[in-house]
Amino acid sequence: MTMQQDTNPSSVDTEAAASGAASATATERSAFQRFLTVTVGPIVAAFLLSAIILMLVGVNPLTYYGYILDRSLFSSLGLEQTATRMAPLLFLVASLIIAFRAGIWNLGTDGQFLLGAVIAAATAPLLVGVLPGWAVLLVGFLLAALVGAIWSIIPALLKAYQGVNEIITTLMMSFLGVLLASTLVKLAFRDPTTTVPQTRTLPVADRLPRLFETSISSGLVWGLIAVILVHLMMTRTSFGLRLRMVGANPAAATHAGLSVPLLTMATFGLSAGFAGLAGASEILGVAGNVRANWNPAYGLMVIPLVFLARFHGVGAIVLVFFYSALMIGSESAARRLGVPQNFTLVLVASLLICLGLGEYIDQHKRKKER
Amino acid sequence: MGGLLTEAFLSSLFTGAIVAAIPMLLAGLGEQMSEKAGVLNIGIEGMMLMGAYMGFLVAFKTESLWLGFLGGILGGVLVAIVMAVLCVRLGLNQIVIGIGLTLGVEGLTALLHHFQFSRTYPRLPAPERLNIPGLTDLPVIGPSLFGRHLIVYLALIAVAVLAYLYRRTNLGMTLRAAGERPAALDVAGGNVLGIRVFATLFTGGMAGLGGAYLANIGAGLFIPFMTGGAGFIGIVLAMLARGRPLWVLIGSLIFGAALSMTTALQVAGSNIPTDVIQMLPFAAVMLVLVLFGRRAKLPSALGAAYERGAR
Repeated sequence: MTMQQDTNPSSVDTEAAASGAASATATERSAFQRFLTVTVGPIVAAFLLSAIILMLVGVNPLTYYGYILDRSLFSSLGLEQTATRMAPLLFLVASLIIAFRAGIWNLGTDGQFLLGAVIAAATAPLLVGVLPGWAVLLVGFLLAALVGAIWSIIPALLKAYQGVNEIITTLMMSFLGVLLASTLVKLAFRDPTTTVPQTRTLPVADRLPRLFETSISSGLVWGLIAVILVHLMMTRTSFGLRLRMVGANPAAATHAGLSVPLLTMATFGLSAGFAGLAGASEILGVAGNVRANWNPAYGLMVIPLVFLARFHGVGAIVLVFFYSALMIGSESAARRLGVPQNFTLVLVASLLICLGLGEYIDQHKRKKER
Repeated sequence: MGGLLTEAFLSSLFTGAIVAAIPMLLAGLGEQMSEKAGVLNIGIEGMMLMGAYMGFLVAFKTESLWLGFLGGILGGVLVAIVMAVLCVRLGLNQIVIGIGLTLGVEGLTALLHHFQFSRTYPRLPAPERLNIPGLTDLPVIGPSLFGRHLIVYLALIAVAVLAYLYRRTNLGMTLRAAGERPAALDVAGGNVLGIRVFATLFTGGMAGLGGAYLANIGAGLFIPFMTGGAGFIGIVLAMLARGRPLWVLIGSLIFGAALSMTTALQVAGSNIPTDVIQMLPFAAVMLVLVLFGRRAKLPSALGAAYERGAR
């Protein structure tokens, strides 16, 4: 039942660390070439591949891509929407960086995200007036993190103490979580004053404050802080080192005296907690309530970004910005150009595949050099 | 609860259990082979969805259900070819590519469906329910166990054939060796990558057929994202079956029953929200994993790309 190291998400970046022994100029050049093969190349290739599919369905890819850029980056409203959309994605990136660096495939972020969102939407409006504004938001975020973490307990226990593959258990819990969230909205937390099933709405004045004179939610700032903190925790603290040891080689970590089951539990708890925070940031910052059957499904879509950034926080932030722009642009394009938003799925998939190919080419080249 | 046990409830439960079980059975049997050979095929959900789309499309255009099934197999194999090239030949990460393929097929089929059927049916809420000859008089409505579509019996025969193949033939041994000790197989003169490619393509074909069944017989129409996790349940079935095709059959019937509760409870007119009922199969999977997860046995080289000479 134990997975081999090669399937471990964290094994992807171990090779990257190994390349740096050659002389200074040679590394500089190869570092640039490496950047081209493993980052720029896959992105360009993915857009080209998706352009072919656009042409197949009779859409001019230049018009489409141009429209997306125009709507998301070259207009002030689009740029503000893009920045606001980054908040939940950043929290999800933080969640996945922890999990992947610790060698855990948390593929259940969608369920954790939605349950976090629902609990935040269920409690925050009721607390308005009871608690001061900042405390309402704090309670909402904390509850969301807690609920997200709770939703990962079963996969965590099964992985830590029974060795059950977490890919399947987190996916199953995700399906369950999405349906449970919708059930909770319809049965338990339904706003009695509306006809459509949705939770009570948090008044705009009580949501996360906006930045300066713009419409950008300050969730963006918290998301950035979360990613940076997680990055520092994983790379600069002994706790992070322990998690990475478990990710790199659980057997060796056991021999080094680490409690692998406990660290596995901690990884799940932290990762799922951040996924819950992502849900809360969307609700407390932007939406204000959860409608029944609402599921933006950000979770799986963020995975390629985290891989593309090689689990590096700063790199991921840059990618989230562009991805967020892509989402905002394609949502607009879905309305105006009649290209369904599902096209972003195709783009993300091409990105994942081209990314893998770039990695392959890179490794092949390095083998030749040796 | 007494009102639940009416004739309508039971008949729709039994009928539904088999209709729901067949796609999962086919997917589970397919996944079982690639897992035996050492390929963890997370892309099976995508293969199934492509099978559903192509199967429906071919059946719709040619008005032949059998050509539709063929189209479904082809659709699954097409996705599997990508998987085989990337993960077996090039040795890329099977999980990343598997998720990528599933997401890609979800997007692609939804996109293609949107562009094709908004042309055929100018109105957007297109009535995809089609009158394919052979489909309307299919015995899905029939409450008995007999008189089902031939494909159901073929799936049952496949269980027996695969069980024989794994236990009694050279191919079965080779498959197991590719999953347990690929290096040993290589030394013995076997073709590790060849057998893994074969297993991956077989998975694609079976998953595609399962998807086509889901679309053409189970639902009678294609809806984007319609597989809704059935492929993933196939993976669980294969994991828990410990290499035995018969266990996949038993498991798929249990999950099929859980799935068909959705329609059966609706027939019985219960007022439980559909969300709760839709949770049943996934809850069943989790329950089984909690109870028996430890006993699941997977080949030791599962998920690891084979590279000659690598340690």
